[in-house]
Amino acid sequence: MTVTAVSFDEVTERYEPVIGLETHVELGTKTKMWCGCATGFGAEPNTQVCPVCLGLPGSLPVVNASAVEATIRIGLALNCSIATWCRFARKNYFYPDMPKNYQISQYDEPICTDGYLDVEVDGETVRIEIERVHMEEDTGKTLHVGGSTGRIHGATHSLVDYNRAGIPLVEIVTKPITGTGARAPQVARAYVTALRDVIRGLDVSDVRMEQGSMRCDVNTSLSPSGSGVWGTRTETKNVNSLRSVERAVRSEMIRQAGVLDAGGKITQETRHFHEDTGETTSGRSKEEATDYRYFPEPDLVPIAPDPAWVEELRQTLPEPPALRRKRIQQAWGVSDHDWASVVNAGAVELIEATIAAGASPESARKWWMGELARRANETGTELEALPITPSQVAGVQALVDAGRINDKLARQVLDGVLAGEGSPEEVVVARGLEVVSDTGALGAAVDEAIAANPDVAEKIRSGKVAAAGALVGAVMKATKGQADAKTVRELIIQKLS
Amino acid sequence: MAVPDSGDDLTRLTATETAAKIASGDVSAVEVANAHLDRIRAVDGDVHAFLTVDEDGAIACAESVDDKRANGEPLSPLAGVPLALKDVVVTRGLQTTSGSKILEGWIPPYDATITRKMREAGVVILGKVNMDEFAMGSSTENSAFGASRNPWDLTRTPGGSSGGSSAAVAAFEAPIAIGTDTGGSIRQPAAVTGLVGHKPTYGGVSRYGLIAFSSSLDQAGPFGRTVLDTALLHEVIAGHDPMDSTSLDVPVPPVVAAAREGAHGDLAGLTVGVVKELGGEGYEPGVEAACRAAYAKLEEMGAKVVEVSCPHFGYALAAYYLIAPSEASSNLARFDAVRYGLRVGDDGVRGLEEVMSLTREAGFGAEVKRRIMIGTYALSSGYYDAYYGQAQKVRTLISRDFAAAFETCDVLVSPTTPTVAFKLGERVDDPMAMYASDLCTLPAPLAGLPAISVPAGLAAAPGGGPELPVGLQIMAPALADDRCYRVAAAVEAALGVLADKAPLLEGAK
Amino acid sequence: MPAISREEVAHLARLARLAVTDDELDTFAGQLDVILGAVARVGEVAADDIPPTSHAVPLTNVLRPDEVKPSIDREMVLLAAPAAEDGRFRVPRILTEEE
Repeated sequence: MTVTAVSFDEVTERYEPVIGLETHVELGTKTKMWCGCATGFGAEPNTQVCPVCLGLPGSLPVVNASAVEATIRIGLALNCSIATWCRFARKNYFYPDMPKNYQISQYDEPICTDGYLDVEVDGETVRIEIERVHMEEDTGKTLHVGGSTGRIHGATHSLVDYNRAGIPLVEIVTKPITGTGARAPQVARAYVTALRDVIRGLDVSDVRMEQGSMRCDVNTSLSPSGSGVWGTRTETKNVNSLRSVERAVRSEMIRQAGVLDAGGKITQETRHFHEDTGETTSGRSKEEATDYRYFPEPDLVPIAPDPAWVEELRQTLPEPPALRRKRIQQAWGVSDHDWASVVNAGAVELIEATIAAGASPESARKWWMGELARRANETGTELEALPITPSQVAGVQALVDAGRINDKLARQVLDGVLAGEGSPEEVVVARGLEVVSDTGALGAAVDEAIAANPDVAEKIRSGKVAAAGALVGAVMKATKGQADAKTVRELIIQKLS
Repeated sequence: MAVPDSGDDLTRLTATETAAKIASGDVSAVEVANAHLDRIRAVDGDVHAFLTVDEDGAIACAESVDDKRANGEPLSPLAGVPLALKDVVVTRGLQTTSGSKILEGWIPPYDATITRKMREAGVVILGKVNMDEFAMGSSTENSAFGASRNPWDLTRTPGGSSGGSSAAVAAFEAPIAIGTDTGGSIRQPAAVTGLVGHKPTYGGVSRYGLIAFSSSLDQAGPFGRTVLDTALLHEVIAGHDPMDSTSLDVPVPPVVAAAREGAHGDLAGLTVGVVKELGGEGYEPGVEAACRAAYAKLEEMGAKVVEVSCPHFGYALAAYYLIAPSEASSNLARFDAVRYGLRVGDDGVRGLEEVMSLTREAGFGAEVKRRIMIGTYALSSGYYDAYYGQAQKVRTLISRDFAAAFETCDVLVSPTTPTVAFKLGERVDDPMAMYASDLCTLPAPLAGLPAISVPAGLAAAPGGGPELPVGLQIMAPALADDRCYRVAAAVEAALGVLADKAPLLEGAK
Repeated sequence: MPAISREEVAHLARLARLAVTDDELDTFAGQLDVILGAVARVGEVAADDIPPTSHAVPLTNVLRPDEVKPSIDREMVLLAAPAAEDGRFRVPRILTEEE
């Protein structure tokens, strides 16, 4: 069976994609899900462990109250129904990063069900339906030693660190997403982005995909157009950025179409996404779907959230990001078209934060959508991943407003901050970028310029003040842009009147 | 007949008497500890109750009790009293095996909550005692370290799974012991060794630090030679524990007061229900006769004795042997050669899964393997509804049977076991015969209810030979543990303490 | 009555990571067959509308505050390990499907 490469357009002509997303979010609670061990990053291996998260004989779990509250808030923000009564269940399987060889999760009684999240794709609103939101625990981390790439294959042994075992996880599962056609990749990306923004707004998790506090598995299947028959789906893991979500869906759709076109069958399996190639490769085979032998967790009792408390949580939810954006767009008076760029660039929160730090809306937008957006594109990173904070950007603008630097110099200050040279103030001092407006210091440069351009000087003497611009330019050049243009101009006119 | 010496005297005392003597300064806790350590040295070769004796720890604890006394500090009711601790309870710094090769040599880095409570109360833990592996069994013949023997007849089992606990107390190696009861593992050993043993209301005693067998059934509980001793130990270990989500946040039932009150022998106003289904075929005539005599005594003391029917009790065995192995199959998955315990077959070439499988094969005994496989089967997709799911429904029906019976009765009674102690080797090759020992004790844990076994005299074994202890089981509604102790104390007042009639074992000199 | 075959017992042993021997398989198959026959009795009870009991004593909402408690000292943790390296638990290689 030869599989010929298919173009994406051809794929969507003949097939309808059905996608699904399973997202795991690490909660930013102070302690783990079942025990009081600390959750901070970067600790030495196996120093944030106790009998409970190590699964020592005799240990028992106790539910973290903050994790329950955070999960309910996530469910409410996703318009879910909150269960009046729900339980935990054991998911049984053997793996060394799971100390008990079962994961305490939720099975047929999740805490939140049947919600939705509206996302914007190309100006249209797509409603993504949420199947469920539930609580579970994270595993430890395994290092594979001895192989060439640090992966399992070829390793001689493995080393396990349980610091992350027991970290609270929230799993959010969409219902199958149909009817997206050629926009499936963008819809997937838009959903994950919107989900991230909602959760970030709740302040319950960092939700940083690059750091692993938000993980996405993408399910993809193809249905021959008009057949109404759903295809076999594959699950793609190792999708570590928003861009990868889009690429993974796209590449899987193309791959599956190629197989189906050639008369083959899609194997129900887990695939691994590769950042470098943008393709997926086969991972663990799910030939016999693992039987996890779920049963209700006997060491924990049911959670029955008080409806009055849930209502209180609902009332105190922050404004949904989508609504907030509409409000901000109106406040800033930005057109829909321009606004779409701002949103797509992921700049709304950054600009807002910069305004909050003291910059004007116009200047905040200018920097983020102009200079900084350009640099992000150059390095292929996302705006928020740039090594500069909104308050630093506001700091740069503050220096401009104070007349200590001009626009051109400001760009150099940005360079310095992005390069890690320090705060805007520190960069100005270190690089000597301060605008010179001391008339005494400038006097010499002005005299030089007048002397070097006698005819221009003559024009000015005769009243053509506009001609001063050329002399200003000359002085700026001579002072490497560090002269205050206004002061220079005044000086020139003064000297020649 | 042994020649008593001063050491024997101290080991023949009840816990209550010992505590009083220590508190009054009559005797030191160290003397008491040494007397019991000597007794262990003298008889444990025959009884084989102890897996680990912690002489240093015991003496250190006894010394600190003596220091407290010398400083005039108040002592807990059982301060300085020696105790045998079932090896399923985790003890920091002291080997804990759960009766299994897979944990041989494991030194826990933490204490169970009940261990901590006993230490704080100044109870002197002499060491860890034998049990059926992972609490699965009724005779200690499933222990990886050899069976214990019944001090009443060394050719017979002391019951199980807490057989080391019962053997130690019946042999006067300690006046009190801790066991655990999932399907009868405190009550049955108590019955066949002439002791008092209580399974608390589920959630009444913390399970944090109990190596789990069946999480929704396991409870730690006290053994003693007298009802009062047992009640005193109950009050030390019981109470809410924030480390155990299934532990009840309620006051401990007043079991000591109830034991004292019951000893007056006045049961006027009490209705006792004899469970019809717990008797008949399979029950030794001697056992039933002894229990009937006990019921007559209850009536003499003013109780009204009636017969009740609990129609679903006949399904308790089937439900239990689905639920318990299912939970156990999951609880025992953690024994995987990774973080602690045995590791077998790691030659640098074999993969983890193979090493894990070889380890579990070598480290678990046959009964444990059987139950793990049954549990795996019962939870499997396709079988769950018919097996585990259905068993949990039968459990509801059993709870309803109890609720109905308790509408007219204050307590329910039955023999604790159908037979007196059986011979070592008699049931080892027949799992179902072994399971049959639990017929009477299974319903109470399925409903989470408290139940006590109190001696009800002696009966001849079918094959003849010396008479052997019979136990009477008294069951009560949830959190009415005190009712169990009250009625048990009345029975004890009427029939006398049986444990003192145990043959006094002479150790090899 | 369920008849449990030797193959099914072998499958259960694999699922439960028990490397049972051939002799054991024969013995276990016979014993498990008897036991499963006995426990299947639960099916005799009509229980369609009976709710299952997962907890004998009804409790709900047992939660703990999100407060950090001390962890165990790593040395103590690794003391019991069958093998340790660089502060981590060392395990034999985890084989992939192909191996």
